Formats: sequence, structure tokens, C-alpha cells
Amino acid sequence: MPEQTVIEAVRETMQAEMRRDDSIILLGEDVGSRGGVFLASDGLIDEFGENRVIDTPLAESSICGVALGTAVNGMRPIAEIQFADFVWPAINQLVGEASKVRYGTGGAKTAPMTVRIPYGGGVRGGLYHSQSIEVLFAHTPGLSVVAPATPYDAKGLLASAIRSDDPVIVLEHKRTYRLVKGDVPTEEYTIPIGKAEIKRPGTDLTIFTYGLMLHYALQAAEMATAAEIDVEVLDLRTLRPLDEDAIAESASRTGKALIVQEDTPAVSISSEVAAIIGERCFFDLDGPITRLGPPEIPPMPFSPLQEAAFMPSPEKILAAITKLAEI
Amino acid sequence: MVLSRYLDERVWLLNRQGKAAIAASAQGHEATQVACIEATDPSKDHYLIYYRQFTAMLALGTEPEEMLRGFLAKETEPMSAAKQFPLHGAHPRVDLFNFSNVIATQLPQAAGVALADKLRGSDAVTVVYFGDGASSQGDTHEAMNFAGVHKLPVIFFCENNRYAISVPLEKQMGIESVASRATGYGFPGVQVDGTDVIAVHEATSAAVERARAGDGPTLIEASVERLLPHTTDDDHTRYRSAEDIAHMSERDPLRITSDVLKRRDLLTEYEDDEIHSTAKKRVNVATDTVDAEPYPGVETMFDHILNDSDRNAEVFRNA
Ligand SMILES: Cc1ncc(C[n+]2csc(CCOP(=O)(O)OP(=O)(O)O)c2C)c(N)n1
Repeated sequence: MPEQTVIEAVRETMQAEMRRDDSIILLGEDVGSRGGVFLASDGLIDEFGENRVIDTPLAESSICGVALGTAVNGMRPIAEIQFADFVWPAINQLVGEASKVRYGTGGAKTAPMTVRIPYGGGVRGGLYHSQSIEVLFAHTPGLSVVAPATPYDAKGLLASAIRSDDPVIVLEHKRTYRLVKGDVPTEEYTIPIGKAEIKRPGTDLTIFTYGLMLHYALQAAEMATAAEIDVEVLDLRTLRPLDEDAIAESASRTGKALIVQEDTPAVSISSEVAAIIGERCFFDLDGPITRLGPPEIPPMPFSPLQEAAFMPSPEKILAAITKLAEI
Repeated sequence: MVLSRYLDERVWLLNRQGKAAIAASAQGHEATQVACIEATDPSKDHYLIYYRQFTAMLALGTEPEEMLRGFLAKETEPMSAAKQFPLHGAHPRVDLFNFSNVIATQLPQAAGVALADKLRGSDAVTVVYFGDGASSQGDTHEAMNFAGVHKLPVIFFCENNRYAISVPLEKQMGIESVASRATGYGFPGVQVDGTDVIAVHEATSAAVERARAGDGPTLIEASVERLLPHTTDDDHTRYRSAEDIAHMSERDPLRITSDVLKRRDLLTEYEDDEIHSTAKKRVNVATDTVDAEPYPGVETMFDHILNDSDRNAEVFRNA
């Protein structure tokens, strides 16, 4: 099995899917000869041509609205939003329109479209190249939202998104693109949307997390072994629908839940995971459901000390683990 | 212009040294920015800039140290206390601001600023800058339409460098000139050579006069050359042809301007050299000063969330 980075897995998955199905097209800013600003589509215009790899005008509402139009007319578009922070002009077409196509037409129309969005911080991106925007989409019935954190999951979940008959938002943490490497089988496979995965089994407590924070949580779990704390790490992978059974099973088994996220905590994914655990595991818990996230300030300051103070880190997670384990 | 060029080059270098996280350059845009600002009145006019307005910032009196504090994210950075990318935030002395990196959001805001002036009977003019790429956003259309309806004192100033990162003009629009759109909104659109300080100054002066007289908006499109990649993160050899790159320097506004001035005997070789060496020294001094300054500490990251930021700070420091 070849080792790949997340960005390589994304690129090869799009390439393989486009070879398999010629109704798949790519739309986005700079996705053509530039290959996308993160090089997710590097070389694809050479193989598939300008009709299938479309450098769009700088206008996110039309990127997503046009993608939706092609989707209801027989194509399977993959739209790329250059940075999550720039998805706002397209919210109307995604949250407002695409999410309700099937429901609002009594099933007469469907929108098999994928929207890939690099998100997240810790890259000195300041207020407008660091945002986590998952909650907007995860709140919306009619959308699915996946957030793969490893090359293996990036391939399997992107393939599922592209093959889905409904709109799927694929959130790729931009810091993981080149940072995270892993084995990726060359043959095609899919990972079902809505399935979490235990990335590290443990018995004392469970960390529920996703995205870049998965890797920080795994590091913290490793550090906790020094204090003989055995931490389980559950990667949510899909943020809508959340894998409620997997969440409840793990929380009930270890009896302690620590939810870690990079997004600001108020009204967020961690709120929802906490609610699920509260509803389903109340009598199995040995400690308070605990959340670790950044402070409630606009994500995230550009200057380096403040950015570091904003971001959760393996050390901050370890501190939360230790505190919860002692209870 | 010369100071801007040297400082801009320095910032690029600081990025390569790992000190400046990111930079977008104004190299190639200098003449148009200086000439436009010269035609306005900084004591009362409003400027909604975008990230490429490096020279405009200097022309409006921003000190090189202040610019560098933005790029190096230092404690006394005046625009946003280094919460934001360089050139984002609000200027401490003139009414210049740039709230976000989100392309074209400044255009409807500019219409609003101009509307407030109109409602209050002020004769201030609002100048809003944007690129050719930004002209594609819905916000751009909506802003121009609104300004046309209300005959607002606003100048829509497009710096057309023919590229939006890698996307060339012909993939951005089905027409050749952004200015030609103005007709559709009911106000004049003019195209000028952005390397020609006189032409830009004349076009802007006419637009300012029109706006102050209550006759409404003007769309100005200045054609310029982007001499460097989009930002320090970009590599334009991936999408610009070798020929295109080879011809870029023919449109270098610094060379063009100094040639014109020399031909008209308004500038001697000696004066030109003096300007260059003074600017170089100025940049060195500013770099040494700012490089030694501290980053903002953690405490101030809780400031200015809301008007009651003290309460916020208390809540979240304790969290
Ligand atoms: C809404 C939005 N979409 C995408 C981006 C990413 N982006 C930053 S600059 C840029 C190109 C802008 O080109 P143009 O408006 O022509 O200005 P130039 O940089 O050429 O001066 C893009 C796509 C953004 N900042 N905002």
C-alpha cells in the first residue's frame, strides 16, 4: 500500500472517479492550470480538459448554484470552495437551495453534488483563512457533512460523497493536507457516510473529535500512557449524520467523555455530541461530559502567540485528560 | 512609489526568511494607486481598500514601520492589533478600512458609506478598490446597482491586472472591459492606463468632482501589470506563459514614470538616484526597528469582541 498525504489522496480519488464516470466535472477558482491553490486538482485539466475542469469566475454563489444546476441535469459536479472562509456567498445555494431539492420536489429532483471545502486553522491564516464552518452545514437537514482526517478516510469518504445521490459537504482540514501521511490502497473503496471510527481503543475515557484535532488527540492519548491513563479516541469522521450508536457505545463503555474540537464551543458539534451522550449514556457516566475548545473569540488571531493560545494543542488535551481521569 | 517598491521587496524577502507569514504585492500597481489617492482629499474622503493597496496606504501617510508591523504581526500594529492579515482592519488616522479578506464585500459597504454621506449632506467621496476577479461577485453587481439608483458619491476603482490568482480575464468575463459595465448601472465608466500617473489622476479628479457635485458614481478601470505572483504562496510560472512573464517589465510603472519625468526634464539622474537611496535607507531603518519589536501577548486577544469586551475577557480568561 503506497503512503500518501491527504492532498494526494484527494487528488487521486477525484482522478479515479472522473475516469470511472464521465458525468463528473470539477468547478472552482484556480482549479485549472494552477491545479487549485492547494494543488488538489493538479494535472486534472491536462487529463480531462477544460470542459470537465472549469476555472470559474470569482463568485462562490455561482460556483455552487451552477454546480446545483448541472446536478439536477444529469451531472455529478465537484465544486471547490477555495477556503471555507469564502463559502459565505454560496450559503444561499447550499443551505438554502441544495439541501431542500429532494424534499422540496417530492423526490422528483435530486442534487448529486459534492462541495469540497478546505477549513480550519493553525496555519497563520488570521480571521479569514482559518475558520471552521462545519456547524452551518451540520445543522441543515438534507445535507451530509464529512470531515476526513487521514488519507485513507479522505479517499473513502470523498468517493462516497461523489457517488451519493444527494449533496455532500466534504470538509478537509487544510493543515492536514501535507502534515498527515498514511497508507492508502490503490484499489477503489468507499467509506459509508455516517460511520465513526475508533482510531485508538482504550478503557479509561473516550475523546470524541474530528479533523486536525484527531491527530492532537492521538498524541495526547499517547502522552497519557505515561500516567497510565488508557485513552480511547473516536474519530467522528461524519458530522451529519453523527454516528450516534458509536458515540453512545464508546461513552457507555469507558464512562468518561472528553469532546475536543477546534471550532468555538457554543452551539457546535461538541454541543451535539454532549447532548447525545447525555441522552443515551447518563447512567453509565463516571464523570461530567467535558468539552475542550478554543475561547469564544473570532477564530483566530493572526499574530503567532495569540494563534497558538487560541488553538487546542496536545498539551491542553493532556491536561483535560488528566483532570477527567482523576475524577 | 519608489519607497513602496523597496518596502514591498523587503516584505517579500521577510516572507522568504520565515518572518512574514504572507504578503500580496503592489508591484506594478504603484502608479495607479498614488495617482488616484492624489486626486482625493484624505482629510474627509473614505477609502475601502483591498489587500493589494500597499502603495495607497503609503500615499495616505502610513509609515513604513506601520506597514511592517502588519506583515510581521507585531504588538503595536495599528490596523487590527495584528488580529488580521497585513492591510486589514482600520487605519488610525484616515478613514481607510478593509474589514475582511472576502473578495468584493467592500463594494456594498462602500455604497453604504456613501449613502450615509449623502443622507447627511456631506460632500465626502468614497473610493472603493477591487480587482478584475472581484468584479465577478454578486456583491459587485448589487453595489453598483444600488449606487446607480441612489446616485451615490462613490468611485468604484478597479485595478485590472488581468489575473485573479491564476484565472485570466477571458475566463473571468465575456467582455473585454470592466468599465463598459457602468452603462448598465446608469453611470459613466472609464478605462485608463494604470501605468500613466497623469491619466489616472485626471480620471479620478473628474470622478471626484462628479461625486462631490452630487452627480453620482463613476467606475474607473485602470489596467496594470501584476509583476509578482498573486502572493508569496503562489508560483505564477504554473499558469503564465514564459512570453507573458518576459514582457511584464515593459509595463513597470516605476520605470515608465521615471522615463516620462526625465524626458520632460522634471527629474535628473542625480535626483532619481537620491530618491532611490533615501528609500532604501528608510526601509532598512524601519526593518531594524520593527524586527526587534514583540508580538502581541495573549491578554489582548480577548479585547474588542463586543462593546462589553471586559466582561467577555473575564468570562473567557477564566474558562
Ligand atoms: C470570496 C472570496 N473568494 C475567494 C478568495 C480567494 N482569493 C483571494 S484573492 C483572489 C483573486 C482576486 O483577484 P482580483 O480580484 O483580480 O485581484 P488581484 O489579486 O488580481 O489584485 C482569490 C480568488 C477570497 N479572498 N474571497
